[in-house]
Amino acid sequence: MRVGPSVRQLGPFRIEVGQPSGAWTLAVSAVAIFAAFIAAGGIFWAYGVNPIHAYAVIAHDVLVVPGAFPEIFRSTIPLLLTGVGLVLAFRAQFYNIGAEGQLLAGAVAATGVALFTPIRGPMTLPVMFAAGFVGGALWGLLPSLLKLRLNVNEVITTLMMNYIALYFVSWLVTGPWRGPSVRGFAYTDQFPLSAWLPLIPGTRIHWPTLVLGVVLAAGCAVLLARTRLGFAIRVQGENPEAARYVGINALRTTLLVMLLSGGAAGLAGVGEVAGVHHKLLDPNQVSLGYGYTAIIVAWLARGQALATLITATLFGLIYSSGDVMQVSLQMPFRVTSVFNGLILFFLIGSERLLAYRVRWAPRRAPADPPASAAAPHRPSGEEQWE
Amino acid sequence: MGVVDWILGVLVRGMALGTPLLWGALGEIYAERAGVVNLGVEGMMILGAFFAFAAAQLTGHPGLGLLAAALIGGMAALLHAFVSVTLRANQFVSGLALSMLGLGLAGLLGRGWEGFPLSNPLPERSILPPLGALLAVAIWALLYHTRWGIILRTVGESPAAADAMGIDVALVRYLAVVFGGMLAGVAGGFLSVAYRPSWTEGMTGGIGWIVVALAIFASWDPLRAIGAALLFGTLFHLSFRLQAWIPPEPLQMMPFAFTILVLAIAARWGARAWRAPEALGLPYLRGER
Repeated sequence: MRVGPSVRQLGPFRIEVGQPSGAWTLAVSAVAIFAAFIAAGGIFWAYGVNPIHAYAVIAHDVLVVPGAFPEIFRSTIPLLLTGVGLVLAFRAQFYNIGAEGQLLAGAVAATGVALFTPIRGPMTLPVMFAAGFVGGALWGLLPSLLKLRLNVNEVITTLMMNYIALYFVSWLVTGPWRGPSVRGFAYTDQFPLSAWLPLIPGTRIHWPTLVLGVVLAAGCAVLLARTRLGFAIRVQGENPEAARYVGINALRTTLLVMLLSGGAAGLAGVGEVAGVHHKLLDPNQVSLGYGYTAIIVAWLARGQALATLITATLFGLIYSSGDVMQVSLQMPFRVTSVFNGLILFFLIGSERLLAYRVRWAPRRAPADPPASAAAPHRPSGEEQWE
Repeated sequence: MGVVDWILGVLVRGMALGTPLLWGALGEIYAERAGVVNLGVEGMMILGAFFAFAAAQLTGHPGLGLLAAALIGGMAALLHAFVSVTLRANQFVSGLALSMLGLGLAGLLGRGWEGFPLSNPLPERSILPPLGALLAVAIWALLYHTRWGIILRTVGESPAAADAMGIDVALVRYLAVVFGGMLAGVAGGFLSVAYRPSWTEGMTGGIGWIVVALAIFASWDPLRAIGAALLFGTLFHLSFRLQAWIPPEPLQMMPFAFTILVLAIAARWGARAWRAPEALGLPYLRGER
């Protein structure tokens, strides 16, 4: 019996190729992240900070110090919302790199409602969220239309839209929307109190946005697993050809996905201005690169909407670590970009491994015929090596 | 006469900022012609900017600074080549990772170097702008009039055909990506050694993304990149120059908006001139289609 190309014997291990299992995916991802932390440790060491000391300080200041732990969720909130949206987009094979711009568009729309409409009272926040969703969705509309109608690469267009949004926001806050009462500073007036999101007492967590994120993650998981649209998204993402045959409307599916994806990022933008800043300000302060980090959040979640609950928290932890390293270790906040870049590199670098699975499948005796001929006769784990 | 002087002045300044754009775009065009997109330009440029400044400050020679920039740019690009060519990971995502890592590393290592002017800067109107134009012509000649150019373009258009011709696709792509990274490093170095002889964290400020846009805007043609770089550089300069009359942001958005517009026009009217390399962004594995 000959061995197909999908099985290879390497010493006592058998390497199989096929669909990755959940446990194997988790193991490879965990090892990739661990490797990224080790590599980052090497960089700290080169910088002159003992990596073991650094990680000990981070662990202590992020997890042990009272009041520090909830801080993780401040950046988890925008990462969760944008991350869930990106999971949807990536599932449909639409590489939306424009979450940063869509987030900013949402922040602008919410600011418009808070400052320039007469809506006051309990309706203010719901209207702001609705406006933010629409803002983010609209910001993602042009790239999706260009992709669908003219097959223009969405990675480039969504990326360009980020910078257009960035300059748009900085034009707003230095120009027409600069607050008359803030004289000289580049931001808008403060929002009226009815446009402030409530916080969990004793923390800085604007909980309505967090609840929205969790609901959205659960909703998207149901959408993907149980609905017609979810089925269409999955088929189109895995096999566009097949999607056409079974009559899935690619235009409609991708448009809906992008509206949801951009809208979710827009909601994150609302959370930042209504829950954290209470005004619109310099775009680099509205979003600390959340739209880009969310790409890693979504990538690590491997297409599972609910997994973003974990991955967004992980990156919330990294943002908190950045704060700690700035304060306790006198390192610049940019150090979070080192973590982000390394984790992303190790994740995509280990992607090939996912297709392989290593099993313990020792040979019977040294006198056996070559493993390539003998191995497949035995189910794995049947016998022990003595 | 006043008007002519004014326009000349604007063009000269536009050329100053156009120079790093041109160097970076030439590198990106070169790599993309071999089929590899590198979205890590921003990261390679900021690393180039920092290492150029540090090396120039330590040695006193701005030229050595630029050399250091080229080396670090090439090394950063090597990482991208390894992940996207050897490991065949998604090129776009790998480039993004490189941008993040580069910005982070430069920010980390550059701490403590901020706020000092460079003691021995390169004059802005030095050899680099004309050298950039010369390099554009050289790369154009290389691409269209040499055997190596045919090999490089074949790898970018049809790696399977190149492979069948006995060309080592991976090797060609490695070389193209690393050379492109070296040019991006020099582009960053120009910023910190000549354009604004100092080091500030995040001083590339999105120029790397304009470079990516420029490569497309110039339709992957090194000669067109000269004009495009001058145009984008002038737009950026005008955004400062006209500040009294127009806010700078609408002009600063232009390069990004232009790029979307150009992509749309090229796709709609199928301008043959704006065709991207056929295998751009696709990893190559023998026997796989």
